[in-house]
Amino acid sequence: MRYLILLKAAENQMGGTPPPELFAEIAKLGEEATKAGILLDTAGLTPSAAGTRVQLEGGKISVVDGPFTEAKEAIVSYAMYELRSQEEAIEWTTRFMRVHQEFWPGWEGTSEVRKVMGPEDFANFPE
Amino acid sequence: MQTRALVEGVWKVEATRIVATVARMVRDVGVAEEIAQDCLVTALEQWPVKGPPDNPAAWLMTTARNRAVDRIRRDQRLAANLAELGHRLPGESDLEVEPDQIEDDVLRLVFVACHPVLAAQSRVALALRLLGGLRAAEIARAFLVPEATVAQRISRAKRTLADKQVPFEVPTGADRPQRLTSVLEVIYLIFNEGYSASAGDDLLRPALCQDALHLGRSLAALMPDEPEVHGLTALMELQASRLRARTGPNGEAVVLGEQNRARWDQLLIRRGLAALEKAQALGGSFGPYTLQAAIAAAHARARTPEETDWKRIAALYQVLFTVLPSPVVALNRAVAFGMAFGPQAGLDAVDVLAEADEPAMRNYHLLPGVRADLLARLGRTEEARAEFERAAALSSNRREREALLGRLRELA
Repeated sequence: MRYLILLKAAENQMGGTPPPELFAEIAKLGEEATKAGILLDTAGLTPSAAGTRVQLEGGKISVVDGPFTEAKEAIVSYAMYELRSQEEAIEWTTRFMRVHQEFWPGWEGTSEVRKVMGPEDFANFPE
Repeated sequence: MQTRALVEGVWKVEATRIVATVARMVRDVGVAEEIAQDCLVTALEQWPVKGPPDNPAAWLMTTARNRAVDRIRRDQRLAANLAELGHRLPGESDLEVEPDQIEDDVLRLVFVACHPVLAAQSRVALALRLLGGLRAAEIARAFLVPEATVAQRISRAKRTLADKQVPFEVPTGADRPQRLTSVLEVIYLIFNEGYSASAGDDLLRPALCQDALHLGRSLAALMPDEPEVHGLTALMELQASRLRARTGPNGEAVVLGEQNRARWDQLLIRRGLAALEKAQALGGSFGPYTLQAAIAAAHARARTPEETDWKRIAALYQVLFTVLPSPVVALNRAVAFGMAFGPQAGLDAVDVLAEADEPAMRNYHLLPGVRADLLARLGRTEEARAEFERAAALSSNRREREALLGRLRELA
């Protein structure tokens, strides 16, 4: 089963530039997850200032360039894991957040653990 | 979140590393697992009451190591008391753990769990247990055998390892290639059991494919210089990329040519092609797994069935047959010939194989299945009908049988 982890955080907090040790520790964790064979894909995202929204609202499609000032948090990175259970996804995500806690004190953010829909979910859907 | 769920998560992620570390210390896989299990039980008892530790994974590892040390000291005292000689006991240096060492220990555990001294079924069970972190009940469900059978296989395997004094190490001598082959075999066996379930009602058991893929990827990261490890991983990634397309809405089998390629998993294809490139860059182009991965890659690269480069696939099978001259490869080569050079070329190749009367092929449903298909394409309908019937009678998987009978009905 696949789990998509989205890290959401206010951009530019704590001066905006993470300490280099944080990157090193994240890389180490990524290596660990790779060695466990369960990390399929992960990357950071460029700032929302470089992003664009295509939105459908009131029957009209509009294209809006970033930054999206009204939003408190933006998605800053993602990871796609392949695991047997949600508990494992939570454990890996907790490790990821613990690295932030230790190497970027004061920084705040939220990692959202979402299961990617698979055949096992369709089995529970009403016909 | 319940503390129980937290324990469950940490355990699943950490169990293999803990068992591997302790196994190096106590030099016995069975004892190591026992110690690790004890720590799990302690966590399940203590954490809900006292609250979980700050770093649960580190707590488990430290507790397990301490218990291993206690156990060793106890055994040493016992041995001293009995004045037992000629038995190498672990020294203090065995008790220290460096982070890098954990990975070496995991690799040692891989080789021990897949040791040729064990029967194939035991290797599979032990690998899933120790390396995949599966419970006996989960393994039993995956292989459709009673839980007691699996538990018995696992305990017997651990005993065999202890009795034969299999050393806890990665082989470095002349037997290394053969030992690695055994490891790869176990992983691919697990994958195939998930990919084409040999018995039962379901065609696929994707969780097993996933477990095998984890083992393969993990091994590729631990042994980055072994081309065939990347080759096997590439093969599994590419085959798994078609999992979603291999069964229809009612669980029926969908053959490669008729699969909806939009349902192929492009993430796995990309990973598979990257792993294949690594295997080839390491000089592994003629390894059996790498060759099979190259064949799977040729399919993966074709956006439509018509785009498939069958001549290339036929050539790859030709090479594969020289390094892996098995009847199954010969049969697949015949299929490729049939696609590259016409049904008569395919049939000629199948008939050579049929006449050889290989024991492995005698009750193999795919032989008449392939023959039937080629005969149908040649317009030899009556013969095709008889072969489809034979194939259906030989298949032990319900879904596969239904697909063959479906082909039979399609024949005018």
